[in-house]
Amino acid sequence: MSDGRLSIPVGANDHVVGPDDAPLTVVEYGDYQCPYCGQAFPIVERIRETFSDTLRFVFRNFPLADMHPHAEAAAEVAEAAGLQGKFWEMHDALYTNQRHLEDDALLHYVADVGADVDQVTKDIASGAPRQRVEADFEGAIRSGANGTPTFFINGARYDGSWTYEPFAEYLQELLDQK
Amino acid sequence: MALEVGSPAPEFALLATPDQRVALSEFDGPVVLIFYPADWSPVCSDELSVFSAAGKLFHERGAQLLGISVDGAWCHEAYKEQRNIGFPLLADFNPKGAVAQLYDVYREHDGTTERALFVIDREKKITWSEVSPLGVNPGADGALRAVEALS
Repeated sequence: MSDGRLSIPVGANDHVVGPDDAPLTVVEYGDYQCPYCGQAFPIVERIRETFSDTLRFVFRNFPLADMHPHAEAAAEVAEAAGLQGKFWEMHDALYTNQRHLEDDALLHYVADVGADVDQVTKDIASGAPRQRVEADFEGAIRSGANGTPTFFINGARYDGSWTYEPFAEYLQELLDQK
Repeated sequence: MALEVGSPAPEFALLATPDQRVALSEFDGPVVLIFYPADWSPVCSDELSVFSAAGKLFHERGAQLLGISVDGAWCHEAYKEQRNIGFPLLADFNPKGAVAQLYDVYREHDGTTERALFVIDREKKITWSEVSPLGVNPGADGALRAVEALS
């Protein structure tokens, strides 16, 4: 049976916000061009505010490139910006500007978040961001990610609704059990 | 329900496009047969998109993905193009659901099929299967592990 368990534990290479010892860990496998991930973006922000120090949030790449032609390039740009310590700024910029993810637009956002555009271009050409995105993607598939976005909460795939109320309610229940 | 692991996989030849038939016997390597209820329905679309995106992982292991539903070839063609799905979608359309019945995943009361996955080995034997609730997209992890177990 498909068990829907996170196959790669959260580690030092991950993009993480929130304390390492938080009782709740939410891993999102997302695609920058997917409209549902775009809808989830402000909800995740709100969830993070609500749960504050009790929640650790991790973002990993799951670009469905057949459906979303800009998703792969956007993911690589975010990873390249991450090499300059600007991952979350880039992540936010991409979801905020989700309707415009053409290549030249992506480089504008790089400049907007204060990352070095030439360095981002060089790093992308090196292939390292692509390898990271591919590794994330394979990890998503092996974990039973079943669409974009897929959330894993404390290692288990969350198949419930990720609109704010049910999502927050579920997290609160888990927290109360701790 | 659903043909058991170890059973021979029933042969079929179904339209993959309005003028091209695809038969199970054409494939030398492992086949992943993805039965889904209908083109255009929300869960199905996610399921097929995930398998399509994971296509490379299956191809690297010599496996062929085949989607199958009771929709007709014209409908499949439009759906495949709109979603950019990278593997054949077979039309189990006439007689309706005949192949789904052979695999014991036809839903007589609503005329669709279960959301079911079968992994078929080179000897055309079923080595793994999974039937999911209609509203739950199973993901591709189970099928990928089953294909890996063949090599």
